[in-house]
Amino acid sequence: MSDGNRGPGFGRSEAAQGYLLVATPLAYALLLLAAPLGAILLFSFWSQDYLTIDTALTLKNYREALSDPLYRQLLLRSLLISAAVTTATVLAAFPIAYYVSFHVAPERKAMWIFLITIPFWTSYLIRVFLWKVILGYNGVFNTTLLGLGIIDEPLTFILYNANAVVITLAHAYAPFAILPIFVALEKIDRSLHEASQDLGEGYLSTFWRVTLPLAMPGVVAAVLIVFIPTIGDYVTPVLVGGPDGRMIANMIQTQFLRLNNAPMGAALAVLTMAMVTVVALVFVFLNRRYLRGRQ
Amino acid sequence: MKDTRTEARPIITLEAVEKYYGDYHALRGISAEIRQGEFFSLLGPSGCGKTTLLRTIAGFEDLSAGRLFIDGQDMAGVPANRRPTNMVFQSYAIFPHLSVAENVGFGLRRSGLSRAERAAKVEQALAMVGLAGFGGRAAHALSGGQRQRVALARALILEPKVLLLDEPLSALDKKMRDQMQVELRRLQRQVGITFILVTHDQEEALIMSDRIAVMFEGQIAQLDTPQMLYRRPVTRQVGEFIGVMNFLPARATVTDETHIEVDVSGLGRAVIGPDQLPGGWHPGQTQSVGIRPETMSILFPGETTDRRVATGTVEDLAYYGDMTYYEVRLDGGDRPMTISMKNLVGRPVLERGTEARVAWDARSLVLFA
Ligand SMILES: Nc1ncnc2c1ncn2[C@@H]1O[C@H](COP(=O)(O)OP(=O)(O)O)[C@@H](O)[C@H]1O
Ligand SMILES: [Mg+2]
Repeated sequence: MSDGNRGPGFGRSEAAQGYLLVATPLAYALLLLAAPLGAILLFSFWSQDYLTIDTALTLKNYREALSDPLYRQLLLRSLLISAAVTTATVLAAFPIAYYVSFHVAPERKAMWIFLITIPFWTSYLIRVFLWKVILGYNGVFNTTLLGLGIIDEPLTFILYNANAVVITLAHAYAPFAILPIFVALEKIDRSLHEASQDLGEGYLSTFWRVTLPLAMPGVVAAVLIVFIPTIGDYVTPVLVGGPDGRMIANMIQTQFLRLNNAPMGAALAVLTMAMVTVVALVFVFLNRRYLRGRQ
Repeated sequence: MKDTRTEARPIITLEAVEKYYGDYHALRGISAEIRQGEFFSLLGPSGCGKTTLLRTIAGFEDLSAGRLFIDGQDMAGVPANRRPTNMVFQSYAIFPHLSVAENVGFGLRRSGLSRAERAAKVEQALAMVGLAGFGGRAAHALSGGQRQRVALARALILEPKVLLLDEPLSALDKKMRDQMQVELRRLQRQVGITFILVTHDQEEALIMSDRIAVMFEGQIAQLDTPQMLYRRPVTRQVGEFIGVMNFLPARATVTDETHIEVDVSGLGRAVIGPDQLPGGWHPGQTQSVGIRPETMSILFPGETTDRRVATGTVEDLAYYGDMTYYEVRLDGGDRPMTISMKNLVGRPVLERGTEARVAWDARSLVLFA
């Protein structure tokens, strides 16, 4: 092929091809991510009076959201619930991931991981209902404890409150936390543990000085994977949360659909996102520190 | 070089050590004494159990049977972290999340030293392995040779009674390896700590060690000084594994116990001493005799000698610059044997097909079972 073919026309068509290639994901990103985000942001600076939307820009919604104790309480509670869920999930996930990585024969690890994902074979809604059956007044848990004579009357603090939300969510997100921690543990060179023992450390101090720091990227990933979606969860609080277990997402839904105050809902959504961003940044920063010196 | 440490006390005693991995018999009755302050090597082909034996000493593997003493103490039930040994792992096992100084100082946590004392010790250990000033580096920014030095410093800083090294040089390139062989040897003399080196490289073992245990299939075939291993291998397998050895069929005829006569195919009759028949003699049976290439020489036209002389033909040769390796078929021999000659000034390199007279000595023969 001669050089004549590689004229400007060729270059242009190449560039065009490039744009075409980029166009689809770009359109996708714009349409499905940027546009809704922009719309929410814009809405949050408007105001609404019954059915009429006032498009004059105002900070009124934010002022209200941050001063009204109801919203403040909901935001705080969402933060606390997802912090509790994240802590519980990661603390429960770590020993499981550790066990599979260090104490399961290599040829059986895949099967264990497979078993861990089994709960995902049923829909989330069904799993939540199952938790209602387990935690309810006449549920499995209470009946068992009553039968064993450990309690005299059914426990009520386990359903229709924040505890139930934490338990249900922690169960739902467990595999998401187990997997990244498992992967991080798998990547640790086993001779490092032996080196630590050889240098005089026991099992526990080897864990603190070698295993945990090296597993940290997995732990941070697990924290983010659990924390980010749980703070905005609204199905679980509705089903098992009761009045005390309601979270900010329920309020956002109410604002949009029942109170016809989309701008207020939008402002609350933006505040929630801001909170998530701050927490995520803290963890990303932590991860950087742990990854220092390793590539 | 005479072994001057013969009287040194044993630092490690292995008594009939056995190790099974499930059904697999990895160590089969290992008994040996390793002496205080010596450079000891475990040499053998891959899979013969060298690493297993080293890990047994370090405390990473339990014994299936037998006993292990370190400095007189029975090590049964003593975990790795409480043994007076330290190890340089084959992969070096440098902690990737720690700096060089943190790696080297890792084992000092329980030492009771102050922060400043520890820092000084780390710097001293780094200087000893030629890494002075590298303390602040991240572990991942090191080359293979530097990682190895860090692993060495990290182990030596704890002043173990025994330093265990599992093929520490195998990951390095040839030049680096040659340099580290010399350095390791120097370091060992300097610190006076007993080193146990695992290697499959016979040359490396010969160069570095005071004594070598040659292992095959979970057993020690011979434990001796490099010179004795080379000159007086006790089995044909050892002779073959270390350096090059020619094997010729031979028959022994015994007149009396100190005067054994062998008839070697191609070389002729010779009288050998009792130290030259590790496998005993079996009159009437064909045994084999081993002889090293450099213990024979090819005589040049007109050259005379009072050594024994056999005749043969040069079948092939390989010229190495300083040396020439000839393949010579002796008259009456069934296989050619290797003879190495230094290329001295005035000594011609022979052509293929040349008739050659081969000078040899009865002292160089070893009669195997
Ligand atoms: N953990 C183990 N489980 C089962 N077999 C093993 C284990 N470690 C080593 N072996 C076997 O024991 C034999 C000796 O291994 P090793 O001591 O590593 O040999 P070397 O270091 O001499 O190459 C090999 O055949 C190896 O497959
Ligand atoms: Mg090995």
